[in-house]
Amino acid sequence: MRINPDKCVACGNCTYVCPMEAIYIDPVIKRATIKRDECVECYACYNGLSQEHLNPTMVRTVRKIFAAMRIRFEPEPDVCPTAAFEPDELTWPRVVRRAFSDPRVPHESTGVEGRGTEEVKTNDVSGRVKVGEVGFTIEFGRPGVGARFYEIQEMCRALAKAGVSFEKKNPITSLMSDVPSGTLREDILDEKVMSAIVEIKVSVDRTEEIVRLVWDVEKKLKTVIALGVGTRCDENGEDHVVAPILERLGYKLERAKTNIGLGRISPQIAKPAAQEIVNA
Amino acid sequence: MTNTLHRFGDAASFRDDYVIFAIASKGKNDADSLPKLRRFLEIAAEYKPVNLGDARHGGALRPSKSMNPTAHWNRDITPDFAAVIAGLDTPTTCAAVFDNKVAAEDFVKRIKEEDLGLSINISTSIDGAEQCCHNACIPRHSVGYSLGFEGAVEKLPSAQVMTLSTMCGHGMVSHSLAKKMVDWVKEGRRTPEQAVSYMARFCSCGVFNPARARRIIQEAVQQGSNAK
Repeated sequence: MRINPDKCVACGNCTYVCPMEAIYIDPVIKRATIKRDECVECYACYNGLSQEHLNPTMVRTVRKIFAAMRIRFEPEPDVCPTAAFEPDELTWPRVVRRAFSDPRVPHESTGVEGRGTEEVKTNDVSGRVKVGEVGFTIEFGRPGVGARFYEIQEMCRALAKAGVSFEKKNPITSLMSDVPSGTLREDILDEKVMSAIVEIKVSVDRTEEIVRLVWDVEKKLKTVIALGVGTRCDENGEDHVVAPILERLGYKLERAKTNIGLGRISPQIAKPAAQEIVNA
Repeated sequence: MTNTLHRFGDAASFRDDYVIFAIASKGKNDADSLPKLRRFLEIAAEYKPVNLGDARHGGALRPSKSMNPTAHWNRDITPDFAAVIAGLDTPTTCAAVFDNKVAAEDFVKRIKEEDLGLSINISTSIDGAEQCCHNACIPRHSVGYSLGFEGAVEKLPSAQVMTLSTMCGHGMVSHSLAKKMVDWVKEGRRTPEQAVSYMARFCSCGVFNPARARRIIQEAVQQGSNAK
């Protein structure tokens, strides 16, 4: 993303809406400027701000007059008055920033928007997590902190060392140069993204081990982690297995995403649910 | 896309937050899902949602690419549910947000009767979702628990700001904007409804809950006045 300096009037609205706080008003050129290495190409500025198409010279003049008179003009805070944001042509490896940050762009590896994962949301159709199994979603960088791939790799390598399986239909797995060791492509390691989700699946009896592993690794990282744990309920719709383990580990379970089991495979899809796990 | 799972708050704070979404599984039932997803949205609109959206186009309040300057004084903040339904043109995740348990329960019951064949998920407190299922006589199939935020949590803002900003799980509502909106309402520069509408426009899939956001802001203002 770039801000056209000929259009920008330094109103400052965009500095507040950037989730990565990557936009500032440069005091020398008096224009909004993007810290390129901090920008994750999420397009919140371009897609989220409404746009006016006012004359920049006119707006700057009005702002100067108002400022001189100590008058505060209070326009809408979610507007770029001169439509100054212009998307860049993104090339590799920077393009991965947008893939993991702009939720409207489907991941090429999975075809899914957002963070590119289906998790247990489609478990009634995919059969991804079965009875006796636990699916972990380890999300890096959110809310509002961001993450670099070298941090994600640290977790992936630790998980691989523990012998876990990475979900094949997952954008992070698709960027691994060596799945068995959890190693990501070297040319993306310094790239920063809004958030990324590593998905693994283990047997229920390994739940505590994996949680403790995540605790160990996250201490070394400079980003935040949002941990999600998915499981298949029993025939009565109950989970008497995983929740007690998590509570014993000190988690207070407040919120969950509940798949109510109304999905089914299209009649045209004859073959059974494909195996979706790559064994590490 | 765990865009609704990790909302900040305790179970009680989700009493006015029921996100129900429909999703097809790639390669398994997505090919013929578009009319079903549209039907999901149409039915949801009957149950008075507070937001409605799809993951490609956004929610019921959207930014404008050519805003009229007079909008600064008379901006429409009415959610446009019809536009969401009409704008759905590709299979994607569709979501409806309700601010009360009765509407959510009734909607789930109706969706079960419609038998769309899509995966339906309820994202709210664990008890809230269980009650919706119980009311519709549906045993839960799978559950994904949020364990909250860990790691470098010292980088996170105040609870009030987190409660607002995490209502867009994709992170499109920045912490800075959420804080600014709370401050503006405290200073009397905007109404809670206006402040909420600014944030809602950034949510790119329509799961932001304007009713809960309004309550959070009002509570923040109340706390401020009590502290004086």
